[in-house]
Amino acid sequence: MRRKSFTRAINTLLLITLPLLLAGCGSALLDSKGQIGQEQTRLILTVFGLMMIVVIPVIGMTFWFAIRYRRSNKNAVYQPEWAHSNAIEVAIWLIPCLIIAVLATLTWKTSHSLDPHKPIESDVAPMEIQVVSLDWKWLFIYPEQGIATVNEVAFPKDVPVRFRVTSGSVMNSFFIPHLGSQIYAMAGMDNDVHLIANEKGVYPGRSTNYSGSGFAGMTFDAHVTSEEAFDDWVENVRESADSLTFPKEYEALALPTRDVPVKYFSEISPRLYEDIIQSFHTGRDGDTSPNSHGDAPMSAEAAE
Amino acid sequence: MFGKLSLESIPIHEPIIMGAVAAIALAAVLLLGGITYFKKWQYLWSEWITSVDHKKLGIMYFIVALVMLVRGFSDAIMMRSQQALAAGGSSGYLPPEHFDQIFTAHGVIMIFFVAMPMVIGLMNLVVPLQIGARDVAFPFLNNLSFWLFVAGVVLVNLSLFIGEFAKTGWLAYAPLSELKYSPDVGVDYWIWALQISGIGTTLTGINFFVTILKLRTKGMTMFRMPIFTWTSLCANVLIIASFPILTATIAMLTLDRYFGMHFFTNDFGGNMMLYVNLIWAWGHPEVYILILPAFGVFSEVTSTFSRKRLFGYTTMVWATVCITVLSFMVWLHHFFTMGAGANVNAFFGIMTMIIAIPTGVKIFNWLFTMFRGSIQFTSPVLWTLGFIVTFTLGGMTGVMLAIPGADFVLHNSLFVIAHFHNVIIGGVVFGMMAGLTYWFPKAFGFTLNEKWGKRSFWCWIIGFYMAFMPLYALSFFGAVRRMQSYADTSWQPLMILAWVGAVIILLGIACTIIQLYVSIRDRKQNLDVTGDPWDARTFEWSTASPAPFYNFAHLPETTGIDSFWEAKQKNGAEALLSQGPYEDIHMPKNTVAGPVIGILSIVLGFALIWHIWWLAALSGAGMFVAFLMRVFNDDIDYYVPAAEVERIEREHRERWARRDELEHTNRLEVRA
Repeated sequence: MRRKSFTRAINTLLLITLPLLLAGCGSALLDSKGQIGQEQTRLILTVFGLMMIVVIPVIGMTFWFAIRYRRSNKNAVYQPEWAHSNAIEVAIWLIPCLIIAVLATLTWKTSHSLDPHKPIESDVAPMEIQVVSLDWKWLFIYPEQGIATVNEVAFPKDVPVRFRVTSGSVMNSFFIPHLGSQIYAMAGMDNDVHLIANEKGVYPGRSTNYSGSGFAGMTFDAHVTSEEAFDDWVENVRESADSLTFPKEYEALALPTRDVPVKYFSEISPRLYEDIIQSFHTGRDGDTSPNSHGDAPMSAEAAE
Repeated sequence: MFGKLSLESIPIHEPIIMGAVAAIALAAVLLLGGITYFKKWQYLWSEWITSVDHKKLGIMYFIVALVMLVRGFSDAIMMRSQQALAAGGSSGYLPPEHFDQIFTAHGVIMIFFVAMPMVIGLMNLVVPLQIGARDVAFPFLNNLSFWLFVAGVVLVNLSLFIGEFAKTGWLAYAPLSELKYSPDVGVDYWIWALQISGIGTTLTGINFFVTILKLRTKGMTMFRMPIFTWTSLCANVLIIASFPILTATIAMLTLDRYFGMHFFTNDFGGNMMLYVNLIWAWGHPEVYILILPAFGVFSEVTSTFSRKRLFGYTTMVWATVCITVLSFMVWLHHFFTMGAGANVNAFFGIMTMIIAIPTGVKIFNWLFTMFRGSIQFTSPVLWTLGFIVTFTLGGMTGVMLAIPGADFVLHNSLFVIAHFHNVIIGGVVFGMMAGLTYWFPKAFGFTLNEKWGKRSFWCWIIGFYMAFMPLYALSFFGAVRRMQSYADTSWQPLMILAWVGAVIILLGIACTIIQLYVSIRDRKQNLDVTGDPWDARTFEWSTASPAPFYNFAHLPETTGIDSFWEAKQKNGAEALLSQGPYEDIHMPKNTVAGPVIGILSIVLGFALIWHIWWLAALSGAGMFVAFLMRVFNDDIDYYVPAAEVERIEREHRERWARRDELEHTNRLEVRA
C-alpha cells in the first residue's frame, strides 16, 4: 500500500513538473546568452531544488496519509483525541524556518549581486544605450555615436551595456529575455539596467508591462554582434537620411502608432534623452519645451 | 442633459458584444417574467431583498458570485481562444481594444465580484452560527453592504451595454488610467464599481469584526473559537486595515480624472510610483482576505471528515495571526523591477518568504489532522486534498517570484499568471467549493449531490493543471501577460493546450450547475433532518437545517474547542435537542433603506460615469434622505413570541424522531 502511494505521488509530481523540464531546451530563460541571465538561471534552479525538499515530502505525505487513514482501512490506527505533539510542532516550525533561512541568505546575496543598477565587472569599457518607451515602440539612443533607432538595438558581445531607461508615455518594462533582468520605463524617471551578451545572435526584446492597445506589437530585436559588425551597423545607421531633433521630430515620432517598422536616425539632438525626461518636469505633461533645464532628472532609486 | 451619454455609446456594431447583450436581456426577461407570472415579487421583497437575516444574505452573495463566475469565465475562455489563435502574424478574432477590456474585466470580476462575495457569503452564512449568535452586530449594515456590492456588479455589467469597460488591466495602473491616456468612460466604470462595492466591503469588515468580538456565546473565549471564525476574524481585520487604502487611492485617481488634479499624472509632481505602491498596499492584503477564510474551510473539513480533533489548534491560530500581520509588509514584491535599491528589494523579498513559514505550518497541521484519523472521501475532502497539493506547488512558485534576482526575469511573464491562478484556483476556488458543499445543508436543509460534486472536482483539477502548467513553461520562452497576439509560432501548441484546459474547467463549472439542479430535484432523498449531516464538531450543526431564522432557541454554551462534538459523545445527539421552556427572542426587522440606498448608488455611479450632474445630485440626495429616514426610524426590532419558538422547535424534534424514514438510505453514510 505504502509503496503504491509513493509511486503515485512521484508520478503526479513528474507529470506536473514535466513542462518545466521540457522548457529547458531552447528556452530564453534557461538557455541564457549573457552572464546576468546565466546567474539568474542558476538561481531559479537552485531555489527550485531547495523548495523540492519541502514540496516532495508534503505531496507524498498528502497521498500517503489520505490513503492510509481512509475510513475503509480498518487496520489503520484511529486516535480521535490525538491533536498535539511537541516534537511534531517543533519540527513543522523548524524545518520551514531553516529552509527559509537558507533562501533568505541567498535572497540577500543575489539581490545585491544581481541588482540591475550595479555595473558589471569587466576589463572591457562599458557602453551606454538610452532607451525610451513610446506609444507603442522603443526608441534607442546612442549618445556616444550620436545616432538613434526605433525597434532595433545592436551592441557588441562581451561588452557590458548600461541601458538607461525612461518613458515618453505610460509605464512599460524593458526586457530582453535571453540576456536577463528587466526594468520599468517611467516618464520623468531615469532608470537603468546593466546587461551583457556573451554570444552573438539576434534576441527578441519587448515590453512586459501592459501599456495600451499597441502593447502586443511593442517588440524589438537585439542584435549582438562582433566589434567590427557593430561598427558596420553604426555606419549603416549613419547613412540614414532621417534625423531626430527635439522637440519637433521627436514629438512626431512619439505620436501613438502600432507595429512600427525599424527606423534609423543619423542625427539627433545632443541631449535628447535628458530633454525627454525633463519635458515631464516642466508642468506641461510631456508636451515638450526646448528651454527647460531645471532640476536634474530624478532617479527611480532615489525616489524609493 | 445626458452628459457624455449618447446613442453612439451603445456598441451596436460589435456582434460579439451584442450577442452577449441579447443573451443577458433574454435571461433577464425570462427571470423577471417568471417572477411576475408566479406572483413572487411580494415574497422576494419581504423574504429576501429587505431581509437582514445573515443566512439569506450569505445565500444571495453566493448566487450573485456564481452568476458572475460564469461571466468572468466567459472572459477567460475568450482570452484563451484569442491566444490560441493569434500567433505568427495572425491577429485572432479579438481586436486589441476588445481583448484589453476582456482581460481587465476578467481580473476585476473574478476578484471583486466572484471571490470576494463567495468569501463574504460564507462568512455571513457560517460565522454567527459558529459563535452561537442570533445575527450579526449590525444587521441593517449587513443588508446595506450586500446592496452596495450588487451596485458594483450592476455597474460592471452595464459597461458591456453602454460605453465600454477599462482597458488598463485589473489594477488600472496610472498613468495609463489617467484622462490623458484613457479618455473614455471605461476607467470611470472601474472607479465607481470598485468604489461603491469597496465601501460595502469595508462595512462588512467592521460588522463581522465587531460581531466576532462582541457576540460570542457564553464560554466561548477567543481560543475556543472555531478555526473558520478565527480566519474570518483575521480576514476582517485585513479588510478594515486595507480597504480604506483602496478607497483613498481610487478617490485620488478620481480627483485626477474629474478635477484635473495631479496625484498620479506624469508631471506637475504627479507620481505613478505612488499609485503602484498604494494599490498594492491594499492588493497584497486583499489576497489574504480571500485565502484566510479558505484556510478556515479546509480546517473544518479536514477535522470533520477525519473524525478527529484539529491537530495543533493553537499553532493554527498563531500561524493565521502571523500571516495577517506579515501580509502588510510585502507589497513591494509586486514590483521589484521598478528600480528600488538592492536593500529595499532584499527586505521585501525576505519578508515575503517568511510568510511561507506559517503557511507551511498550516499545511503540516492539516496533514497531521488526517494522520491517525478516519478519513471519508467526500467531495469537500477531495477539494481539500487537491488544495494541499496544488497550493504547495503555488507556494513554491511564489517563493521563486519573491526572490528579486529571479523576479527580474519572471516578472510580468506568464509565470506570474500561472502562479496566482495556482494559489487562487487551488486555494480560494477549491476552498469555496468545499465550503459550499459542506455548509449547503445548513442553508437549505438538504445535501448536494456527491456524484456531480466529485465530477466537478476532477474537471477543475485536471483542467487547472492543463491550463496553467503550459503557462509556466511558456514564461521560460519569454511569453508575457496580456498579449493580444504574438509572433513566435512555437508558443502556439502550449497555448492550445492551455485552451483545452480552460474547456475542461468549463466542464467543471457545468458539473456544478448540474449538481445544483440534480440536488434540488432530488432534495427529498437528500434531506438533512437532524441538522448535523456530517457528524460535525461546531455549533452551527447543533441547530436545525435550514437553521431557523433566530438560529438558536437557547444560546449554546461552550466548554472548550469542539464542545458540541464532546457533548454528542457524552450524552448522544438526541439529548442536545432544545427543550422548553422558551423565552421571547429579540430580533431585528427587515429594512427598506438597504436596497433603496443600493439602487440609488447604481444611479449615482452611472450619473458620475457619464457626467450627468443633475442626476448625480438627485440620487446622492435620495441616498442621504433614505439614510436619515433609517437613522430616525425607531421601529427596527421585534420579539418572536415564545409560543412561536416552541412550535418551530417542536417540529424539529418531531422530524428528528422520524429521521430514519425521512432520510433516504441512498445518501452519504456519514453517520458511521
